[in-house]
Amino acid sequence: MTATLPAAGVDGATESPSALRRFLHGLPGVDQVGAEARAATLATRSIKTTAKAWAIDRAISMIDLTTLEGQDTPGKVRALCSKAVRPDPADPDCPRVAAICVYPDRVPIAKQALGDSGVRVASVATAFPSGRSTLDIKLADTRAAVDAGADEIDMVIDRGAFLAGDYQKVYDEIAAVEQASGRAHLKVILETGELATYDNVRRASWLAMLAGADFIKTSTGKVQPAATLPVTLVMLEAVRDFRDATGRQVGVKPAGGIRTTKDAIRNLVLVNEIAGDDWLTPEWFRIGASSLLNDLLMQRTKLTTGRYSGPDYFTLD
Amino acid sequence: MAFEYAPAPESRAIVDLKSSYGVFIDGEFVDTADGHTFKSISPATEEVLAEITEAGPADVDRAVAAARRAYDDTWSTMPGAERAKYLYRIARIVQERSRELAVLESLDNGKPIRESRDVDLPLVAAHLFYYAGWADKLEYAGLGPDPRPHGVAAQVIPWNFPMLMLAWKIAPALAAGNTVVLKPAETTSLTALAFAEICRQADLPPGVVNIVTGAGDTGRALVEHPGVDKVAFTGSTEVGKAIARAVAGTAKKVTLELGGKAANIIFDDAPLDQAVEGIINGIFFNQGHVCCAGSRLLVQESVYDDVLTSLKRRMATLRVGDPLDKNTDIGAINSAEQLAKIRTLSDIGEAEGAERWSPPCELPDRGYWFRPTIFTGVSQAHRIAREEIFGPVLSILTFRTPAEAVEKANNTPYGLSAGVWTDKGSRILWTANQLKAGVVWANTFNRFDPTSPFGGYKESGYGREGGKHGLAAYLKGGEN
Repeated sequence: MTATLPAAGVDGATESPSALRRFLHGLPGVDQVGAEARAATLATRSIKTTAKAWAIDRAISMIDLTTLEGQDTPGKVRALCSKAVRPDPADPDCPRVAAICVYPDRVPIAKQALGDSGVRVASVATAFPSGRSTLDIKLADTRAAVDAGADEIDMVIDRGAFLAGDYQKVYDEIAAVEQASGRAHLKVILETGELATYDNVRRASWLAMLAGADFIKTSTGKVQPAATLPVTLVMLEAVRDFRDATGRQVGVKPAGGIRTTKDAIRNLVLVNEIAGDDWLTPEWFRIGASSLLNDLLMQRTKLTTGRYSGPDYFTLD
Repeated sequence: MAFEYAPAPESRAIVDLKSSYGVFIDGEFVDTADGHTFKSISPATEEVLAEITEAGPADVDRAVAAARRAYDDTWSTMPGAERAKYLYRIARIVQERSRELAVLESLDNGKPIRESRDVDLPLVAAHLFYYAGWADKLEYAGLGPDPRPHGVAAQVIPWNFPMLMLAWKIAPALAAGNTVVLKPAETTSLTALAFAEICRQADLPPGVVNIVTGAGDTGRALVEHPGVDKVAFTGSTEVGKAIARAVAGTAKKVTLELGGKAANIIFDDAPLDQAVEGIINGIFFNQGHVCCAGSRLLVQESVYDDVLTSLKRRMATLRVGDPLDKNTDIGAINSAEQLAKIRTLSDIGEAEGAERWSPPCELPDRGYWFRPTIFTGVSQAHRIAREEIFGPVLSILTFRTPAEAVEKANNTPYGLSAGVWTDKGSRILWTANQLKAGVVWANTFNRFDPTSPFGGYKESGYGREGGKHGLAAYLKGGEN
């Protein structure tokens, strides 16, 4: 049993729109003050020396190195791909990142650039970032990315439908995109900055997991606030409780606003103390970021050499 | 591969410990008449930190006389705005030296540096600032146009929050215009002596604050001294009763903050993750050495299994060990004597048939340690449900209806604090109205603020500290 599950369990939760609504509203509430206080306390953990070295390498290996701009050219994507494979040209022991995250039409370029490096290609889809389009267009968007070779699909939920209380529509859409994704892993972006309350974050997390998400992801990075620590904390509680209830493990990806080594380590501390060890791998935890990587590399170099070399020694891509 | 946190100890180099300390009388550190001393040790390592002077009746006499002189000659005639300046100055020095004081507190008391740094010291400064603001506004305390102080206040404080309890006592007393003789607990004198240095640093007139160190005999000599006008005590109910008897029939005013056995009530619609956090904070904060600790957990039976599972999982992540490590959640038990008491009561709990559980955790070889512990299958009749353990030991009981929760919560000789966890506002208000406890926390626990009065019902004492009520306790015409 789990603390965040209505007594009836998940059985029948998705049988009808009203059952789904009852289930989601039957989840225990999140006390805002308490959740924020817990996240703030965990943020005071002091991670030093060997622990810091381990955390930095682990954080690098969990990054979904992201570029999601209108100005993304093939050259920009290729540059990011070579950074993903070899983040620190001066140190071959530096781990590669988990994935590159791009728009669907940039997938072929990334795929070609990454080859068999082991770095995966994630593509946003479903009318990212707003999600304000029709289902057939969202599905076509998804298929285009998958057909181009995307290993992972980062979809957005219909926040308008969610906030209107039409959970079934959100559920059906996630399930349909999951089908369209085929063998690609599905990350479901909740855009927590628009859901506004932690109760909503918890409900949206369960909704996405029930509908088949492999990962739940905080944000598009286009809306503020993005991945705050309390939001990630609530989502980590959700995946922990979902596994207790169903046996299925779901990953978590905070994205947006994680820029410094300190931010990244605080996220790993949350994973460690809320969801536990099992989530401390790139298979189950990702960090969506772009500028974070260089800060991690600078801190990594400082730890190994004892000197802080400055931003000029790390590539800007 | 697991994420193991490397040791992250706060440096103790910032603390300048002397090998021995005198008592602080009339603005000077002085030797006592008979020269008796005792040792203050670090409960985490049993290392001797310093020699402390044991004040006898003659020294208490000198301290009270110094306080009286300071009261008559300077402090009672000084304008409130001037007294405020001293308090503000002291508050600022405390803030400037807060890291040093936090390290010293953790060394001497055994509490984790995270708590002394993030809870104790910020609250110490907040209390000093808050009461500094009152010093020139006494006519707005609701006690008439020119309320007068009592005179010399004798203050005896416990070892669980040494510096914070000192601030709770000294700040309102000085703001109201009293002078004080304070006795810290014998196991935790060091921050009080550091505070004495701060008084000198702030150029506080000699005799306004006097600190006499020692154990129970020193405290008795102080509260029974005929030159004392007001007695303020925080500590055990047993000693509190003895003080009440000692001052009976005298003109002395008394406030007592005594023991507790607080109920922490979890209703089935509570935000459970935060409630579990509140349970943890309620009983394991400061190793459970908290008079208002939520030591009796009352869980609605319909969510009992869920709460227990979550609680155990959460307890397994608690980090017990070196108080100076910044990642430590639970530090050392303050003394061998207290450890023995916790062990005895826990053994009685087992012998009476309650089921004991602790997460696996390694304890250091030296020092005084006790694993965070819960007891299930506890009923109201068990001693561990009735007596204050004052350690990291939680008794878990269940209830079926709100009325039953309130009945069980109130079924205790104590009444210091209580907690209510529910998402329903109306239930919070109803429950809080029914509970006979001085403080009722809703969806939180162990939250303190200088503006909020704190104090007990029944055998948890009388009088209030904090807020306007806490000020009134040091003014004629105020309560007690």
